[in-house]
Amino acid sequence: MDYGTLLQILDSTLRLGTPLLFACLAGLFSERAGIFDIGLEGKMLMAAMCSGAVAFLTGSVWLGLLAGLAGSLVFAGLHGVASITFRGNQLISGVALNFLASGITVLVAQRLFGQGGRTPPLDGAARFNEITLPFAETLRPVPVLGPLYADVISGHALLVYVAILCVPLTWWVLYRTRFGLRLRAVGENPAAVDTAGVSVKGLRFAAVGITGLLCGLAGAYMATALQAGFGREMTAGRGYIALAALIFAKWRPWQALGACMLFGFFQALALRPDVVTAVVQVKIPVPFLDALPYILTVLVLAGFVGKAIPPRAGGEPYVKER
Amino acid sequence: MPSGANTSGRQATAAPFAIELKGISKAFGPVQANKDISIAVPRGTIHGIIGENGAGKSTLMSILYGFYRADSGEILINGTPTAIPDSQSAIRAGIGMVFQHFKLVQNFTVLENVILGAEEGAMLARSLAKARRVLSDLSREYELDVDPDALIEDLSVGHQQRVEILKALYRQADILILDEPTGVLTPAEADHLFRILSGLRDQGKTIILITHKLREIMEITDHVSVMRRGTMVGTVKTAETSPEELAELMVGRKVLLEVDKGAPNPGKTVLSVQDLHVRDEHGVERLKGISFDIRAGEILGIAGVAGNGQSELLEALGGIAAATGRIVMNGTDLPLTGATANGQTRREAGIAHVPEDRQHLGLIMDFEAWENVAFGYHNAPEYQKNALLMDNDALRADTAAKMERFDVRPPIPTLPAKSFSGGNQQKIVVAREIERNPDLLLIGQPTRGVDIGAIEFIHKQIVALRDAGKAILLVSVELDEIMSLSDRIAVMFDGKLMGFRDPETTNERELGLLMAGVSEGTP
Amino acid sequence: MDRLPKWADVVLVPLVSLIFAAAISAIVIKAIGQSPSEALKVMVEGSLMSAYGWGYTLYYTTSFIFTGLAVTIAFHAGMFNIGGEGQAQLGGLGVALACLLIPWPHWSVALLAASLSAAAFGAVWAAVPAYLAARRGSHIVITTIMFNYIAAALIVYLLVDVLRPAGQMDPATARFPKTVSLPTLNQIPGFDLFFQKEVPANVTLFIALAAAWAVWLILWRTRLGYQLRAFGKSEPAARYAGINPAKMIMISMTISGALAGLMSVNNVMGEAERLLQNSSEGAGFIGIAVALMGRNHPVGVVLAAVLFGFLYQGGAELGLWTAIPIELRIVVQGLVILFTGALDVMVRMLLVWLFSFGRKRQVA
Repeated sequence: MDYGTLLQILDSTLRLGTPLLFACLAGLFSERAGIFDIGLEGKMLMAAMCSGAVAFLTGSVWLGLLAGLAGSLVFAGLHGVASITFRGNQLISGVALNFLASGITVLVAQRLFGQGGRTPPLDGAARFNEITLPFAETLRPVPVLGPLYADVISGHALLVYVAILCVPLTWWVLYRTRFGLRLRAVGENPAAVDTAGVSVKGLRFAAVGITGLLCGLAGAYMATALQAGFGREMTAGRGYIALAALIFAKWRPWQALGACMLFGFFQALALRPDVVTAVVQVKIPVPFLDALPYILTVLVLAGFVGKAIPPRAGGEPYVKER
Repeated sequence: MPSGANTSGRQATAAPFAIELKGISKAFGPVQANKDISIAVPRGTIHGIIGENGAGKSTLMSILYGFYRADSGEILINGTPTAIPDSQSAIRAGIGMVFQHFKLVQNFTVLENVILGAEEGAMLARSLAKARRVLSDLSREYELDVDPDALIEDLSVGHQQRVEILKALYRQADILILDEPTGVLTPAEADHLFRILSGLRDQGKTIILITHKLREIMEITDHVSVMRRGTMVGTVKTAETSPEELAELMVGRKVLLEVDKGAPNPGKTVLSVQDLHVRDEHGVERLKGISFDIRAGEILGIAGVAGNGQSELLEALGGIAAATGRIVMNGTDLPLTGATANGQTRREAGIAHVPEDRQHLGLIMDFEAWENVAFGYHNAPEYQKNALLMDNDALRADTAAKMERFDVRPPIPTLPAKSFSGGNQQKIVVAREIERNPDLLLIGQPTRGVDIGAIEFIHKQIVALRDAGKAILLVSVELDEIMSLSDRIAVMFDGKLMGFRDPETTNERELGLLMAGVSEGTP
Repeated sequence: MDRLPKWADVVLVPLVSLIFAAAISAIVIKAIGQSPSEALKVMVEGSLMSAYGWGYTLYYTTSFIFTGLAVTIAFHAGMFNIGGEGQAQLGGLGVALACLLIPWPHWSVALLAASLSAAAFGAVWAAVPAYLAARRGSHIVITTIMFNYIAAALIVYLLVDVLRPAGQMDPATARFPKTVSLPTLNQIPGFDLFFQKEVPANVTLFIALAAAWAVWLILWRTRLGYQLRAFGKSEPAARYAGINPAKMIMISMTISGALAGLMSVNNVMGEAERLLQNSSEGAGFIGIAVALMGRNHPVGVVLAAVLFGFLYQGGAELGLWTAIPIELRIVVQGLVILFTGALDVMVRMLLVWLFSFGRKRQVA
């Protein structure tokens, strides 16, 4: 494999890893606060449809983004009401909302555009277009690093850079702010937070809200940057891959970046089976590359590759007791 | 001293009492946990509240910390009537609480746990720096040294408790409530805790110590209030009382249930336990080498304060907890670990088990009575129709017969267990276990939460089983029950047996002292 | 909180949940500019008012009974098996291998062999997550989700690279021989009086009904079912009674996987007559809704499966004859799961409130 091909694959890795990263960080906030969320997929799908539709109708990607955030937040709110207010089963709630999103996005898109549940293609100001970073062309002649900068690091949609910035931001919020301290505490031992006089429900709703926003970014990126418009089931299980990445990262932000980029790399490889075959000299079936993130997650969950210890109070509704 | 937001109600230094409770009552459904409780705690003293399990101590303190709301009554803090609807209000009123089960975040550092909920501003750095300063002051002042950067999960239980105290002090608590603080401590750790508490008192803090251990009350408190069955029996100056008097107040002169019981007629040894050890899931040794025998036709009563290893003894004998040592039943060694050490093999060896916690172990609350009658005996041949199916009709008929014999009310086999009263639930369990005609019956807290009539009935059944030549191991925290039923009494303390006594010659005072870990009458 | 009378808990809670789901669906239909009453008419006519419609409704019902039972039996042991989809796909592989590798003389023996094979493949696909949960403490929900994706990838690989006959373009196995073709309801004496046209519903329906009876028998009439239910209610109590938790996890999940796998006899052998990609078409997930709606009882599961069969056939009719997309049925499915599974506390609180209201009025 030549250097150019490697750069191409790395470029795809970054593009494909971005929605995973947004969704993974989304899940991180929720699960760190003790609310399991297997509904990342549904929220992404909702955001993708809302942002794609509004971006097309208004011609503004920014209004599209806002709509995407709103759509995702509505679903996050439903999950919050079911699992925090009514202490329902968080897993079942997530499953239900995924189906709801899967159906309702097609219904709405079909009603609006009549194109079989997809939005018409977006272009111009209705999309996040690629940004060329300063000096990308100037530095290109620099050996090795020049093309890396110009082809891999430069030339992505704004949201790609936002996603990367969200990693240190998440780390900072989680470990350096009062909110982060309380958030982590409520996912580990809500009784400690409660006896300290802080509202468990308030914290958990805040976390679920942040999850909604980040899933909104993930979905909006899918519809307005990675692709040019919304298509039915366009998230294609990315919410679950993000969940897998979250477990793989053991619920930590920097590791989440690594896991998402690793899984993005697998997705990029799956697009170039010829390269894989050339490198390993054995024909690797594409489905194997597709399944790799899931296989890795199963191994991590079973403790074969380090032990993943989820937040201790995860999945359990908090009931006050002495 | 740490500085911070001033709190209301603490300027009234003229009031002599830090806390006054007036006529506090609290009921949970039909259970009256607190009945018209009044106490007054002078500032700068250590006030003990003592009573048996279920006397209502913890409920009272939970009301004071805003976890429950009293049905009626008034709380005065420093002479000012104060409403405490939630924990935040309690903290504002200067009350700090150290719970029996710590409320700490295991994978947080000490500092993070201390500032949680009492941070200064949105950024952590300032709060952490301040807490580090305050903690170092506090630790010098009160022998409360803990490494501020250690993770809670790496600390010993004693140190974790210090973190809880530091949390309260950091929030400028003037009143500190400790709920059974020594239950989880070694004697040395407990002594250290008492030095800390004395230091705090000398600095003018008011401390409420909830315990059921007489030794602690005598050692550290200035006053002591005794609770019994939800009521306040009396408050005395510690210097003017004795462990004997307190024990009497605690146990009370309640109706002594006369058990019609002839002299025992012990036969051959049924169960022999040798050097039994049990560790809990955290690796803490709960049973520290126990040895005893029980003979046929004999009731061995195990007395002791709850949490001294009795539960673990029952679980090891019943095949629920893994153990080391030897358990010999009718001359055969029973497996103590591995897949063969389970409730089924124990039952096959002739051991029946009425567990201490019938609602979590002994019954499936959602199952109907007849299904619960099969619980643990679902493999019994008489409950099978053929190789494949259970004979539910036979089971229901058997249940109806058992309900009749044990006077379970209402005698409806298809009613779920949760619909029966505590006494009738217990009768179902006892009927199931006793009617298997076991060689050995393990029975834990047989009458906890059971009404008087049912107590009498269950006691009679136990004696009848003994008279039929069976061996019985009775574990109870009720001294009366131990005294009136047992043919021999062993007292358990801190995972060990303190000694054996003859119920004919011993008395409650002697047993009470043994239960407190004091041997041979020297208080 | 006050308790509800038992009949209200069994009948009213799912009914009210269903009414909520239906009401919101009506609002959704209205919101996309269509008529809810018209939609309902099309659905009823297309699925219940003709023998042909019933033929499809019962075909879907058959699949949903299997997957609903799969969720039910795992649920009673305290396990949430969300991997029915993957187990069904593997079951389809089992069916295909059984039908293609051996030249069966008659459909009846082929049906027996394919059923065993489907059950075995589904069971194995559930047993791996169960083993990881029982022995290594893996989370059963996450692991079974992952196994759905791994199953999908495995099937794609097998269909594209291994099982596809030379010269065939689409990723699928060869067609099964005519001899293993299962009788559809219109070919069965007695039923052919009602079903006069070719319908997809086939003899597998009777296996599904037998499976429902068998699950009921296992859960409430055998020692195994007794132990599964006890373990599902309380693990500490199960230990007290000498019930082995790891064994219960393994057995319940294996039976669950076998039931999910069996569903493929209906669609792969009974209908498609070859293994296609994504053969189960989400029926594994619908099992969750069916089990929740059916209150985790086989009788309820059969009734809920008919309801969802109606929804799926009716939804398909909507897609054909109206401007309402077929995806409406996924919306209804999501709403049913939401109300019966996650917001059941809300529904129950509402009913308790209504009941107390009624009682007060009686007193006054």
